[in-house]
Amino acid sequence: MRLRTWLPTGAARGLGRRLLLAVALAPPTAWLAQAVLPGTAGYGTALTRSLAISLCTWAAVDLGRFLLRGKLGAAPPHYWPPPRGAALLLGLGLPAGVFAGIALGDMLAGPSAVAGGVGAVAVFGLAVGVAMTAAFYSRGRQEALARQVEAARLAALKAQLDPHMLFNTLATLRALIATDPPRATAMLDRLVSFLRATLGASRAETHSLAAERAWIEDYLALMQIRLGARLTTRWDIPTALEPAQVPALLLQPAVENAIRHGIEPKPEGGRIEISASREGGELLLRVRDTGVGLPAAAQDRFGLVQLRERLRLLHGSAASVALAAADDAEGGALVMLRLPMALPVAPSAP
Amino acid sequence: MSPGPRALIAEDEPLLAAALAAELAACWPGLALLPPAPDGAAALAAALAHRPDVCFLDIRMPRLDGLAAAHAIIEDWPHDVPPPLMVFVTAHDEYALRAFEAQALDYLLKPVEHGRLAACVARLVRQLGDRRAPAAALDDAVAQLRAVPAPAGVEAPRLHVIRAQAREVVHLVPVEQVFYFAAADKYVRVVTAEREHLIRLSLRDLLPRLDPQRFWQVHRGLVVQARHILAARREETGRVLLTLRGRPETLVASRMFAHLFRGM
Repeated sequence: MRLRTWLPTGAARGLGRRLLLAVALAPPTAWLAQAVLPGTAGYGTALTRSLAISLCTWAAVDLGRFLLRGKLGAAPPHYWPPPRGAALLLGLGLPAGVFAGIALGDMLAGPSAVAGGVGAVAVFGLAVGVAMTAAFYSRGRQEALARQVEAARLAALKAQLDPHMLFNTLATLRALIATDPPRATAMLDRLVSFLRATLGASRAETHSLAAERAWIEDYLALMQIRLGARLTTRWDIPTALEPAQVPALLLQPAVENAIRHGIEPKPEGGRIEISASREGGELLLRVRDTGVGLPAAAQDRFGLVQLRERLRLLHGSAASVALAAADDAEGGALVMLRLPMALPVAPSAP
Repeated sequence: MSPGPRALIAEDEPLLAAALAAELAACWPGLALLPPAPDGAAALAAALAHRPDVCFLDIRMPRLDGLAAAHAIIEDWPHDVPPPLMVFVTAHDEYALRAFEAQALDYLLKPVEHGRLAACVARLVRQLGDRRAPAAALDDAVAQLRAVPAPAGVEAPRLHVIRAQAREVVHLVPVEQVFYFAAADKYVRVVTAEREHLIRLSLRDLLPRLDPQRFWQVHRGLVVQARHILAARREETGRVLLTLRGRPETLVASRMFAHLFRGM
């Protein structure tokens, strides 16, 4: 129970996994020690020593940074401290762990008879400690990153299946069944295609820009039946860019915002324009509406925070999202997405 | 013999407005329908102009949402006419729905299911049959609507100084010097002891940035700093007239906010 209050929620599992990693690293390290340090007294002794060193290093570096996270300034998601805290952790914690491990090893297996004495063992131990810390670091980051990517994708999927959108669409469908059966059928087909693509896209990380377009077109067609003449659309995606790979449902938050915060609040409605272009090694996507425009503080209000986070996780600083007022007389808002161009290798001509 | 009941439908999606009208025609033959209103502001204008007996208000609508439209209708409703019965229509809005149920406010879920609509109509017919006197009915409507919490706004930092631009000069007005903020078309009038300024910000965007202990909303278009109010006098109509310390004009608090001026 005490441990729970010491550790941030969700950290225990990762710590446990890295503890196992530390234990698993001991046998190969012991083997290595036997090979490089002449005078090591048998594999059993080497294993005891190396187990002691790796466990103490784990405790000092991996457990230590969680327990001292307040002092070190280590923050979620992966709790690696910023440079100053990291220097402290590696400069004091790591040697402390290694020497504690050596001392523990001496206690358990008797004083070492390694040629070169304590110095050689210390150098070897430190090397092992550094390698382990590096392994912990990349492992911890990977785990945190995988969790975030998954969370971002789930959030995107949840946003697709906005119940408000779904039930309004069903209400329109119900109305059309009585008054205009052919249109009801057409609308139902669109809805089926939209739902199928949404569920499909929730499984794939990326798909082509053409697939993204087809999916958005279904979404916009449904919205057009509902909003009538208040919504018009315009597309400008060059054929050459259609195969470009983009994160699945990337444009959804931008298009949904354009409708919900731009077109729907405007009694006379407006137009949504979606275009793509290439700028050097980058793909530039623009979603523009001629709706009511941006209120103050729109940057963080709209679902773009999620979008920005998702792009950051996938591409780091190589991708960006910008929201701005459209810069012409028609007004409205403009969302600009930049991401590294990912075109599949063209099949060679026969 | 009074004419039959009349209803107003406010819905921004034309197909859904037509569908609700058709369903109502089928299950409430005596009901006359006004032309549907495509947004909240149009609903407010139509309701005040034609004084329907029932309003079906979609919750998500342009300009004024359904809840704000209901507030405004009750706020401006003449005191000697029974207020309309309100029915809220929504596709999905769990948060508001719980509040509606707690207040016995009527609502319909889209798609509107036939049996549910018939039950709603039966209840409305019964309520129209034994309507209370206008004043009591208005008090009830005010209490019900006031108990429905407004959708949570965005957290915004407190404003300490108002920057009001007049041509090339920007006037800095500390908020404690402001007597009241009054909505005027696309602007807000900022009135101090000596003069007034115009700012291009809606009252709705301004309100979350003011300290609610000091700045009281007394009408959908008026926010007054409490310490500048000298006295409040309740009228028979439900309105409250406010006199100020240091400004000659009298301000009007609507019946939606009259509760702020009861004696301790």
